[in-house]
Amino acid sequence: MTVADPGDMNEALKKRQFSRPGESVILFVLTLCAAVSLVTTVLIVGVLVRESATFFEQVSFKEFFLETEWQPLFEPISFGIWELVAGTLLVTFWALVFAVPIGLATAVYLSEYAHPNTRKVLKPILEALAGVPTVVYAYFALTFITPDLLRPVFGADQVNVFNALSASIMLAVMILPTIASISEDAMASVPRDLREAAYGLGATRLEVTIRVVFPAALTGIIAAILLAIARVVGETMIVAIAAGSTPQLTVNPFEGVQTMTGFMLQVGLGDAARGTVDYQSLFAVGMMLFLITLAFNVAAHFFVRRFREEYE
Amino acid sequence: MANQSIRLRAGGAVARRQLVSRASRYFFLGATVLGVSILLFLGYETIVTGASRLSLDFLTNYPSRFAEKAGLRPAMFGTFWLMLITIFTSIPIAIGTAIWIEEFAPRNRLMTIVKINLANLAGVPSIIYGILGLTIFVRFAGMDRSLLAGGFTLALMIIPMTVIASQEAIRQVPPSLRDGALALGATRWQAVRYNVLPNAIPGIMTGTILSISRAIGETAALLMIGGFTFIRFDPGPNLVDFADPAAFLAGLNESFTVIPIQIYAWSIDSRREFQANAAAAIIVLMVGVMALNLLAAVIRERFRRN
Repeated sequence: MTVADPGDMNEALKKRQFSRPGESVILFVLTLCAAVSLVTTVLIVGVLVRESATFFEQVSFKEFFLETEWQPLFEPISFGIWELVAGTLLVTFWALVFAVPIGLATAVYLSEYAHPNTRKVLKPILEALAGVPTVVYAYFALTFITPDLLRPVFGADQVNVFNALSASIMLAVMILPTIASISEDAMASVPRDLREAAYGLGATRLEVTIRVVFPAALTGIIAAILLAIARVVGETMIVAIAAGSTPQLTVNPFEGVQTMTGFMLQVGLGDAARGTVDYQSLFAVGMMLFLITLAFNVAAHFFVRRFREEYE
Repeated sequence: MANQSIRLRAGGAVARRQLVSRASRYFFLGATVLGVSILLFLGYETIVTGASRLSLDFLTNYPSRFAEKAGLRPAMFGTFWLMLITIFTSIPIAIGTAIWIEEFAPRNRLMTIVKINLANLAGVPSIIYGILGLTIFVRFAGMDRSLLAGGFTLALMIIPMTVIASQEAIRQVPPSLRDGALALGATRWQAVRYNVLPNAIPGIMTGTILSISRAIGETAALLMIGGFTFIRFDPGPNLVDFADPAAFLAGLNESFTVIPIQIYAWSIDSRREFQANAAAAIIVLMVGVMALNLLAAVIRERFRRN
C-alpha cells in the first residue's frame, strides 16, 4: 500500500467536508447567530454614545461631573450626576452590610459544616431563590419592610415612607443567593489536603475554616461580592419603588434617595419629549451606569479566572 | 491512653478552642436559616395578603378602579404572547451561537472576543436593554410600544445567559462521541446534529427554561419600552388569527401589559386595598416561575440517570 501524500489527503478531506449540500449554509447561519451578540454590544455602546453626545452638547462635562445638584425638571435646572451616584452608593453600601456577612456565613455552613445531604437540599433552594423576580422584592420593601419593620422599630417620624434602607434590605435578600452560591463553590474547590494538613496540626474546624479555607478561597469570594455589587447597582425595580425619587446627598438610610436606575425609570415612565435635555439625560446616566457595572463585571471575571488558575 | 493524657495536659486552651469551634456551627447554621426563613416568611405574608383576592374573577377580569373588581386578564395574555415571541427569537439564536462557539469557531482571537463579550453582556443591567429596545425597536424600527418590540428586547436580554448555559451543556458531551462520528466520515454538522446535540439537549433545555423564568419576571426593561399599566383589552392575536398571517402580525403589533408591570402598578397605588391585588398577582407570577424551575429540575434529574 502506498502512503498517500498528506497534501492530497487534506485536499480530499476538505472537499468531502463540504460535499454535503447545506453544510456551508449551516456554518453561515451559525456564524450569523454568533454575530447577534456582537451586534448587540455595538448597538448598546452606539446608542449610549450617540445619544449622550446630544446631551453633552447642551450640558458641559464640567457641570455633569462637578455640580452636586441633580434637578432636571424644574428651575434652576442642574445636571450634577453625584446626587444619583451617591444614592446608588448609599443603597449598595447597606445592601452589602447585610448580604456579605450572612451570605459568607451561609457559604461556610454549606461548604464546611453541613452534612452532604443537608447541602444537597439547601443549595438548590438557595439557587432557586435567585430566580425570584425583583418586582416581588420591591413590593415587599414598600408594603412590608418599611411599614411593619423599620417604622415600628425606629419610629415613624424617623423613617420616610420611601427610604434607602428598605430597598437595601430587599437588595440584600436578592444578592444573598449570588454571594452564598459562588463563595460556596470557591470554598468547596479548595483542595482537601490543605484542610487535612491543618487538622493534622490540631486545628479545630473553625480554625481550619477561618485560617485555611477562607484565605485560600478569597479570590473566589471577592469575585462573588463584585458580581453582587454589579447586580445591586444595576437593579431598578426595588430602588425605584422603595427608595423614592428625591435625588440628594445624604448618608441617612432612613431618607429617600434616587439612584441612577431609579432616575432612568422615572424618565422612561414620564413623557419627556425626545430631543429635550431631560430625555437625553437618560442616556448620559445610562452610560455612567453601563460603565460602572461593566467595571465590576470585568473585575469579577478577572478574579474568577485567577481562582480557576490557582486550584483547577 | 496516650491520646487522652495529651488532651488532659493541654487542658483549658484546647477545650476552649474546641468549644468555640463547636459553637460556631450554630452561628453559621443560624445565618443560613435566617436567609431561608426570611424568604419563607415573605412567601407566607404574600399568601395571607393575596389569597383573599385570588379567584376565577381575578384571573379573567380587566383592570378596574375598584380593587375587588380588578383582574389580571390582559397581563396574563400579554405575558403569554411576550414569552412566545421571546422564546421563538432567542432560543434558535442562542443555541446557534453556542454550537458555533463550541463546535465550529476557529480557536482564534475572534472567538475569544465573542466569549468575553457574552460574559459581559450577561452582566448588563436590564434597564440598559430597556433603553436599547426603546431606541432601536420602538423608535428606529418604528415598532412602537408593541408586543414585538417587547419580545425582541427580552430576547436580546436573555440570549447571553442562554448561550452560556447551552455551551456548558455541549461541553458536557464526551468528546469521544463526536470524534467517533468524525472518524467514521461524518461531516462536522452531521457529528453535531446526530451525536452531540441529542446528548446536550437536556442541559440546553434546563438552561433555556431558567432564562425564560428570568424573562417572565422582567419589569424594568418593559416599562422603559412602554409596557402599559392599564389596558382594557386582550393584547396579542386572537386564537382564530393563526390561520391569517396578516391578522396574526397585527395582533403582535398591539400594545401590551404583563404580570410584573401589573404588580408594579398595584404596588405603588396609594389606595391600600390594591396591595392585596399586587400580592395575588405575585402568587400567580411565582406559581409560573416555580413551575418553570421545577420543570428545569425534573429534566435535569431525569436525564442524569440515563
